Amino acid sequence: METLIQQLINGLVIGSVYALIALGYTMVYGILGLINFAHGDVLMVGALVALQTMMFLMGMAPGMSPLAMLTIALLVAIVVCMLLGFTMERLAYRRLRNAPRLAPLITAIGVSFLLQTLAMIIWGRNYHTFPQLISTTPLQPIEGVFVTPVQIAIVLASAALMVGLLLLVNRTKIGRAMRATAENHRVASLMGVDTNAVIAFTFVIGAGLAAVAGVMYASNYGIAHYGMGFMPGLKAFTAAVLGGIGNLGGAMLGGVVLGLVESFGAGYIEHLTFGFLNSSYQDIFAFIILGLVLIFRPTGLLGERVSDRA
Amino acid sequence: MQGVTIGGKKVKFELVGEDDQADPRTGTTVAQRLVDAGVKGVIGHLNSGTSIPASRIYDQGGIPQISPASTNPKLTQQNFKGVFRTIANDVQQGGALGSFAVKSLGAKKVAIIDDRTAYGQGLADETDKAVKAAGGQVVAREFTTDKATDFNAILTKIRATNPDVIFFGGMDAQAGPMLRQLKQLGVSAKFLTGDGGCSPEMIKLAGDAVTSTTYCSMAGLPLDKMPGGAAFRDQYKKRFGGEVQLYAPYAYDAAMAVVKAMEKAGSVEPAKYLPELKKISFNGVTGNVAFDDKGDIKEGAVTIYNFKDGNWVPM
Repeated sequence: METLIQQLINGLVIGSVYALIALGYTMVYGILGLINFAHGDVLMVGALVALQTMMFLMGMAPGMSPLAMLTIALLVAIVVCMLLGFTMERLAYRRLRNAPRLAPLITAIGVSFLLQTLAMIIWGRNYHTFPQLISTTPLQPIEGVFVTPVQIAIVLASAALMVGLLLLVNRTKIGRAMRATAENHRVASLMGVDTNAVIAFTFVIGAGLAAVAGVMYASNYGIAHYGMGFMPGLKAFTAAVLGGIGNLGGAMLGGVVLGLVESFGAGYIEHLTFGFLNSSYQDIFAFIILGLVLIFRPTGLLGERVSDRA
Repeated sequence: MQGVTIGGKKVKFELVGEDDQADPRTGTTVAQRLVDAGVKGVIGHLNSGTSIPASRIYDQGGIPQISPASTNPKLTQQNFKGVFRTIANDVQQGGALGSFAVKSLGAKKVAIIDDRTAYGQGLADETDKAVKAAGGQVVAREFTTDKATDFNAILTKIRATNPDVIFFGGMDAQAGPMLRQLKQLGVSAKFLTGDGGCSPEMIKLAGDAVTSTTYCSMAGLPLDKMPGGAAFRDQYKKRFGGEVQLYAPYAYDAAMAVVKAMEKAGSVEPAKYLPELKKISFNGVTGNVAFDDKGDIKEGAVTIYNFKDGNWVPM
């Protein structure tokens, strides 16, 4: 029983991170129909910028409280990533907005390589230790079940950001402009919506969320590395497709479902297949589920809204 | 090298150095260059990944090769006549790790994880065998990849089997975070890993999760424990200045093996001295140098290290 609950927690934590990254993919896709493959690498830049900031602060003001330090590092990371998101859109994607769909896709992959290589040049090839400023000493809410404060912070922060994003999109003026642009950006611009600004805003928000995800990811595992964005980026993309790409609620659901499936998959694959498959096949569960969902619901779990784009 | 007489003639050895840049492709290129230059024997290479492809070229050129550092078992399993090594291979390392877990740490239940690379899997398989041979029980066998950072799911599964020792076959970049996650999951089992995790990097990446119950292994002996270690250090400092490089004593013994085989055969020609090299036995810097029928060093030494005062300390 402890094992079951523990796997549930494991899945929920990693799923929350996936969900947060998936939001960035899905927002951009919803508005432009572009899969921004560089999104995972924005996460990496966020983590490494935060690391650099912490190092700087530790040198400058050694007495600073960990929470203040983390907050400053997080804010710096968010600002840098937002600038990066803005620049990416302005330099790489805007010119290709009316090009065939393949061109921006390939460009996104190129931007991803560019970011990784730049990070490698700046921060080197080694794994870096990421200061764990929120405590990682495990608590035991139930006998035999362990949760660390940083994991609780991750789930809470993800949930708060998701709710915030939903409110932004559904309740504000810019949110209405985003939805209008998503539906048809030519008509939206005829109605007086500055679609260029809306698209840039979308990239900026997505990049900011990726920065938060990056800092949370690095805080949880205690490491940062120039290639760290690749796998979570790929998983979050899977989560976005699973939930129905272009759909915010779907991205959240997809992220959490993927996290849980992975965790239970790795934990129980041996029992479920009577020892035929072991944990080296843990990833197939996620992709079997993805395959099944796409066969029976080609637009993902909650994906009707964007069927005209898919 | 002075004063060596081979076949009644005084000879002078000449060193032909090449840099393989730890790259398999460059490794084969320089191997071909050495063969073309007509060298009589090769001491090298460092990495298994370059030693193995290069060994085919030396074999075709009929030149004996002795690696002082490559530990992948495959190197000597290719049925090449002239491939040797003076350092323990991963089979010997895994054997030492498994028996250490059961006999020295008193483990009854051992959980084994590997990263599915040739290195990690090979080491884990050998450790698995040795644990069972020593009377221990392998209660879990789990897998990850060499790019993973999240191990919570498999570690939770392992926790349920309540092992005394957890062994990981893989590199420090995974072993460090794994150790942190074990701590976060409240697992207090001892942690054991091979030479991939026996680095300063590992200590850095594991943070406060690396403790006095963390162990790792390295092929070979620390210089202080080698029979000829102290004398070697003195001469090395006099000749080159600076500290002894990790594999230098093994490279020295490898070169001595070639020289002694040539003396016995009375010839510097590979075809003539190779049979002598196969049955050589002498007391080198690192211990007794003698090869088994595959070319691996007999009784290759493996040292277990324990984390103490911020460092790996040999046990």
